[in-house]
Amino acid sequence: MAAKALFRSVGIPISTFHLNLSVPVKSNLGLVSQSLAVCNHTNGRRKYSSKRLVTMIPGDGIGPEISVSVKQIFSAAGVPIEWEDVDVTPVKGPDGKFRLPPKIFESMNKTKVGLKGPLATPIGKGHQSLNLALRKAFTLFANVRPCKSIEGFETPYKNVDIVTIRENTEGEYSGIEHVIVEGVVQSIKLITETASRRVAEYAFKYARENKRSTVTAVHKANIMRMSDGLFLKCCREVAAKNKDIKFTEMYLDTVCLNLVQDPLSFDVLVMPNLYGDILSDLCAGLIGGLGVTPSGNIGEEGAIFESVHGTAPDIAGKNKANPTALLLSSVMMLRYMDLPTYADRIEKACFDVIKEGKHLTGDLKGKATCTEFTEEICLKVSSS
Amino acid sequence: MAATLKTCVFTVVKNTTAQQGISKFINYLTANAPSRLLHQDQTHQQASIAEPISRPSGRHMVTLVPGDGVGPEIMAGVQEVFKAAGVPVDFEEKFISEISPNTSSTLMDVVESFKRNKVGLKGIITTPTFFKGGVLQTLNMRIRRELDLFANVVWVKSLPGFTTRHNNLDFVIIREQTEGEYSALEHESIPGVVESLKIVTRKNSMRIAKFAFDYAMRHSRKKVTAVHKANIMKLGDGLFLQCCSDISKLYPKIEFETMIIDNCCMQLVSNPYQFDVMVMPNLYGNIVDNLAAGLVGGAGVVPGESYSSNVAVFEQGARHAFAEAVGKNIANPTATLLASCNMLNHIHLEYHSKLIQDAVLKVIKSGKVCTQDMGGYSSTSDFIHAVVNSLP
Repeated sequence: MAAKALFRSVGIPISTFHLNLSVPVKSNLGLVSQSLAVCNHTNGRRKYSSKRLVTMIPGDGIGPEISVSVKQIFSAAGVPIEWEDVDVTPVKGPDGKFRLPPKIFESMNKTKVGLKGPLATPIGKGHQSLNLALRKAFTLFANVRPCKSIEGFETPYKNVDIVTIRENTEGEYSGIEHVIVEGVVQSIKLITETASRRVAEYAFKYARENKRSTVTAVHKANIMRMSDGLFLKCCREVAAKNKDIKFTEMYLDTVCLNLVQDPLSFDVLVMPNLYGDILSDLCAGLIGGLGVTPSGNIGEEGAIFESVHGTAPDIAGKNKANPTALLLSSVMMLRYMDLPTYADRIEKACFDVIKEGKHLTGDLKGKATCTEFTEEICLKVSSS
Repeated sequence: MAATLKTCVFTVVKNTTAQQGISKFINYLTANAPSRLLHQDQTHQQASIAEPISRPSGRHMVTLVPGDGVGPEIMAGVQEVFKAAGVPVDFEEKFISEISPNTSSTLMDVVESFKRNKVGLKGIITTPTFFKGGVLQTLNMRIRRELDLFANVVWVKSLPGFTTRHNNLDFVIIREQTEGEYSALEHESIPGVVESLKIVTRKNSMRIAKFAFDYAMRHSRKKVTAVHKANIMKLGDGLFLQCCSDISKLYPKIEFETMIIDNCCMQLVSNPYQFDVMVMPNLYGNIVDNLAAGLVGGAGVVPGESYSSNVAVFEQGARHAFAEAVGKNIANPTATLLASCNMLNHIHLEYHSKLIQDAVLKVIKSGKVCTQDMGGYSSTSDFIHAVVNSLP
């Protein structure tokens, strides 16, 4: 029923739709939404015949404000996307444990693409972390963070343009730990060939699609000779199959040393979980912090784009928040969904507004409200 | 016989110059006392040090491990400076290397030398990336393990006259370096699945935490920051954090705070001035040491030191052998020179330490002789000569 309603709303007669498809339409919503995005290839570019549905998780604190401004900017740009808002407040399950509401999984199964604001993680409340649950459910194996210096927002580091790609499912964050005897703890770092190869392949794919020239594998194989050795071996093997992209390898400590001295010498970095966690935040620090850094979690089944900054409870609801991180994440999302023209327009408008420096929010040393900042971007987008 | 004669002549010559030096020094002291004292306070927190009237008759024996890469070149430079400054130190040189095993001394030989002399100056020993099976522990790990060099200290300090993105930095990184990720316990459970163990023990965590707070007390520092990832590694890093917090209760005058490693790295590049003394497990120490060295000018300018309960080894703060520069005479010897000054302080040759340190800082401050990493074109030997010429 729901499927039919959807078809009507986008004005495609069901009969023609059937003809377009080689697979029969099932009642499975996931399949339907993918088929909604059926495209015709003209001039080698995909054109979507309808609006696509995207799950929106506004989040806590300043989350609702910044997600509203992203929506405003998207509608000003006329992006063919419809939002499905999902609340992720944990609900009590039959066993008394708090869990994520099933709606988020239903929605993500259907849309395959999500945009997520910041979430407050209650410590010690005993319910699953949303990130972890989503990561597992959709096998979000790679975390991608492009860090590009923003003109008009001065930091000691100029012209930074680095992408960190982090393996997201294993490594030091395997969560396998135990106390052997009192006072002796053993934590296990798990590295598998499958996961290492998968993330390496994605790194090269990303580099090619985004016209990057070099992929650098970051490792510590001089210390962890077998585990990081395996990661490195996988990267080398994948590199051998992708000769069009330059491949280099570097020790984690050397990368840290050189990043702060000469950040321009880096392009795309691919690495295991912990190193990725550290370096992605380090790179964000180079360009001015998490407030202006976008992030995307790429999986086999779907992708979730998010702002990685905190919920900023002190300014929540005061119209002071800076939506840049979420907006730039949504730009990444548009590129992932193969809507690059919209992505470019929105990105340019956002950067232009920051460069002009007239309507900046407090964290960028300005005095504008979130609404003023958003409206300025809307103005730029609709006139472009 | 010839050697003894030479030393005698040398001592006599030195003594005459020393007498002149003393009278000069007294004049100097009366003329410039306030400014000189101020300067010393800033750099070394020591009382003003006069040249010893009676020279210590004994000479000190120090183990010297030149290491791989540019290590041998730099060590030759250090020896040249020591000779010019008349430092009563003899080196027991032991070459040990993992990449050229045929010319290397044995591990036990080197360890025995360190244990006997209790003080050493060490270059960087490169670890090959390839692994063919066999012993997982690297040579560096084995030396540290054998000597129980549990604490590594890197004092990150901006050099006056060498401008970087962040200036006037002054903080200390203390790193546990016997366990953690550097356990070398790894196995391949099934093909394509490797487990690597990170070991954290209460004993070692308590020991490093105590070392950090003692260091902070001794050097009049205000704050100790424990760096961790206990939100993810709840048991392992949790234990480390617990130990730090337990020890902090014994030092009420020193402020204690904690920071997650990823945030710490972000803060280091955006606002490094907030740090004072930092204490952390092994791998994070490796990361932060290098990151911080990058902030003040790179691996070539930051000295470091490692301690066990009875041996002290002085080396570069950020450990890079700089193998691509071997034989090119371009490496920066500053880090090793400053490390050697710290070593001289450690064996109570404060006068000579100050002599060399002042000369090095003077050369850097003048900005005329800079190696490539400092934005100049001078060679290693140019720099060494400049330091020798700046000795009073």
